[in-house]
Parts: sequence; C-alpha cells; structure tokens
Amino acid sequence: MKKVINNPEDVVREMLEGMTLAYPEQVRNLEDTTVLVRKDAPVAGKVAIVSGGGSGHEPAHAGYIGRGMLDAAVAGEMFTSPTPDQVIEAIRAVDSGQGVFLVIKNYTGDVMNFEMAREMAEAEGISVEQVVVNDDVAVEDSSFTTGRRGIAGTVFVHKIAGAKAAAGGSLKEVKEAAEKVVANTRSMGVALSPCTIPGAGKPNFQLEDDEMEVGIGIHGEPGTKREKIAPADDIAEELLQKVLEDSVDFDKSEVAVMVNGLGATPESELFIVNRYIHSKLREKSINVTHTFVGEYMTSLEMAGFSITLMKVDEEIKQLLDAEAVAPAFHR
Amino acid sequence: MMVMTAEQAVTWVEKTNALIQSNKEYLTELDQAIGDGDHGLNMSRGFQEAEAKVSSSEYETVGGVFKDTATVLMSKIGGASGPLYGTAFLKMSMFLRDKPSVTQADFAEAVEEALNGMKQRGKAEQGEKTMIDVWHPVADFLKNGQNVNAGKLVEVAEQAMEGTKDTVATKGRAAYLQDRSKGHIDPGSTSSFYLFQALADVWEEGE
Repeated sequence: MKKVINNPEDVVREMLEGMTLAYPEQVRNLEDTTVLVRKDAPVAGKVAIVSGGGSGHEPAHAGYIGRGMLDAAVAGEMFTSPTPDQVIEAIRAVDSGQGVFLVIKNYTGDVMNFEMAREMAEAEGISVEQVVVNDDVAVEDSSFTTGRRGIAGTVFVHKIAGAKAAAGGSLKEVKEAAEKVVANTRSMGVALSPCTIPGAGKPNFQLEDDEMEVGIGIHGEPGTKREKIAPADDIAEELLQKVLEDSVDFDKSEVAVMVNGLGATPESELFIVNRYIHSKLREKSINVTHTFVGEYMTSLEMAGFSITLMKVDEEIKQLLDAEAVAPAFHR
Repeated sequence: MMVMTAEQAVTWVEKTNALIQSNKEYLTELDQAIGDGDHGLNMSRGFQEAEAKVSSSEYETVGGVFKDTATVLMSKIGGASGPLYGTAFLKMSMFLRDKPSVTQADFAEAVEEALNGMKQRGKAEQGEKTMIDVWHPVADFLKNGQNVNAGKLVEVAEQAMEGTKDTVATKGRAAYLQDRSKGHIDPGSTSSFYLFQALADVWEEGE
C-alpha cells in the first residue's frame, strides 16, 4: 500500500480537519464529531438538507455543503456508514424549525443508521423526511445492499433538493422534488483498477492488466461481468445501453448527463466518454440540457468512471440552474 | 417467577461481553465465510465499551441500564449490527421505562418489543438467516410463563442458532451469496445466542 497518510485510523479525522481549513468561509466541523455543516447553519426559515455516508467518495459528501445544496454532511469511516449518534448531531445542528431532509444512499448500513437517527430526532420534536437513492442499474442486490445501490446520481439529488429548499420549498415539497430525481435518474459504472482502503492495506479486488469490471460499485463491489478492456466508445456504449434500457423512458426526452471519474481516471478520458455519449444521444433524439464532467462521487483511487442520465422537466431544469455555492459544485 | 434488577441488568451486559470477547475470533471466522469478516471485531469493540459504561455508572432501573447500553452499542458497533443491537436495547428500555423492578412478564414483553423493532429496522422476518432467527423463538419462549427457566432458555437459543446453518440467506450481506450461504451458521445469530446464554447465567445465579 502506497498512500499519502499518517495512521490509517486517523485518515477520516485528519481529512475533515484539512477540509475545514481549506474552506473556512463555507464549512465548519461540529466539535468532537465527523460532521461538517454550513458555516451559517442553521439557516433561518429553510428546510435543511443532510447527507453523508462512508468516507472515500470525496468530494462527496462534504464537498456539496453550501448555499443551494447541503446543510450538513456526516462522514463515516472509509466505506462504512456513519453511526446514528453522528447523524443526529448533524440534524440538531442544522434544523431551523422547518424540518430536516435526509439524502441516503441505498446501502443496508446507511439506511439503518440514518433511519435510527431520524427516529431519535423525531422523538425530540424535529420533523424529518428522507429519500433513499438507488440509481445504479448494474445489479439488483450486492454485497452491501438489498435492492439497487446509490451512486453518482446522488449528487443530482443533493442539487435538486438543495435548490428546492433554498427556494423556500416545504419539507414535503423538497421530498417530492428529491423523489422525482430518484425516479428519473439512472447510472452505471466501470472499473479499470481496484482501490485500497487504508485500514485494510490491500486492494479490495484484483483485475488483470487487460481487464475491466463492468457495473462496479463505488466500494469495489462486484458488477455484472469482467471483460477485456475496450476502446472508450465501446465501454461508453455498453454502459449507456444498460442505462437507456432500464425502466426510465428516455425516448425523445431532455436529460442531464454526468460523466463521473472514480478517482484515478484523468479528465481527458472522461471528456472522450462525454463526447461519445453526446453524439449517441443526439442520434437517438435525446436532448442534453446539462452536462457535468469530473469527479463527483469517487471510490478512493479506483480507475474508471460512471455515467448518469437524469430525465428533466421544467421544474428540474430550473432547480438545476439555480445558484449553488459549494466547494465541489458551483452554478 | 424471575425478576430482574438494575444490578442484574449490568451483570447481563458484563457476562455478554465476556462471552463475546472469548469468542471474538470465532465470530470473525463465521463472518469471513458469509459476510465481510468484521462481526467479531465490531461486537468486541461495542460490548467492551458498553460494559465500561454500565459498570462505571449507578442505576436505579433496568430501563436505565438498557438505555445506556443502546446508546453505546449503536455508536460503537457500526455496520448493520450496531443499529440492530442498539434498537433491541433501546426498545427494551423504552418499554420498561422507570419500572423499579422488572417481572418476567415485563421482560418477555420488552423482548417482544425489541424483536419487533429489529424486524422493522432490518426489514427482515424469521427464516432469513439473521439474528431475528434467534430472537423470534426466544421471545416466543419467554412469553411461555411458568415453564421458563435458564436451562431451557439456552436450549431454545442454541437450537435456533444451529438452525440458521441450513437456511439460505435472503437478508444481510450473506444474501449476495444466495445458495452458497447454506452450510454456515449466521454470525449475527451466534452473537445473539451469547446474549441469551449470558442472560441464563444471570438467572441461574439469581436463583
């Protein structure tokens, strides 16, 4: 294992310290927790958005804290859900009285820990609602999940729920907007190389030099199949096919596209993929209204990428265009 | 008729911790076969901290002991077992509240509450190769009234744990293995067995 770390046990804490120092105008760390919140939290009169999950997916989730996006992000250990005591600290710190909305990725541990915190918060009189994101079309059940996994599409949920809350939406309206995103967003990824959790010290799976894992999860969970590496257009085609064939009817619709790097794939390659996706969608008369290329939801130093399509309507387009000022997301 | 005092509740946590610590490697082995191999480590950390907390505090009620145990377990075990064991103790404490002494009937109802809470939290039913497979028959057994004794409790819990060996997992990480999960005892049901074995020990000492 070759990593720029001190003690493996200190990775998450030291990362959060460094992040807080990097964005002192935007975020602060709640003392003795792994929670980062908006500097000005709680924001009066606004529904607060809380997300989080295991660490190792940077800039998710703390990179999305800011005006028009998240009010708090709760960091767990590497690839491990945060515990309810941490989540409830976040909920308490950001609630302005308008209620708190939780964005949860569909992993067994995440769902249980966030729901537990939700019940504790409700017992304290805080209104809480939630959405569970499950955009990954690759596998139905995985070593981390019952049902589909939540991956890069989660960033669209942060954006839309955040914008809806910033526009004065009620807790119910924020939930409806977030549910619309989940219902209309599909993703799939591919890995060219594995990643190593600092505490484990070894790569979480093995790939030969000429192999790729299609349908990879963001924790290195197995996908659908292992294939020989292919040209960018062929890989993009394979992922795009699966996304388009799934249950959302993208035919002649308008979509937002995200090409997300998993940690070690250069932007140049992500742009090559983006170029193919755009040409293919044009061919199919699917109109791309927004494009996002970069690292949004990573898997440590894994090489590979995911593509996400979100079908948009007037409301979603407007919310996508609304202001967002977060360390890892600007509109 | 058995009753439980706050002092006995503390002893229950201590005895459970002792069993978990001495079987830590075994729990890890079980989890390596069909899960992600961290159950021994997580349970050992969680119950170590729970014992440290309840042994060093003063309690008037059983509910108070369970509430602190729940808080520690849910924050220290992690993964999916943390919220599940946390929920179990939280539900028991919520049911018992500030009852100064807990009768067997109270306790049976508290365990029933814990079971329902865990089923809801894990969205699991009996027969899915999880800790529910031990909690369910134990809850049924405790409701039994006068036939309840320590020896029989261990028997019921042990049999239930062994029973998970022939079950195909449909919940939890092991569900991913489908048929390959057969032939292995479920690690969560094993840690739950230790919990009830410890309870039986507490009762035997109280007799």
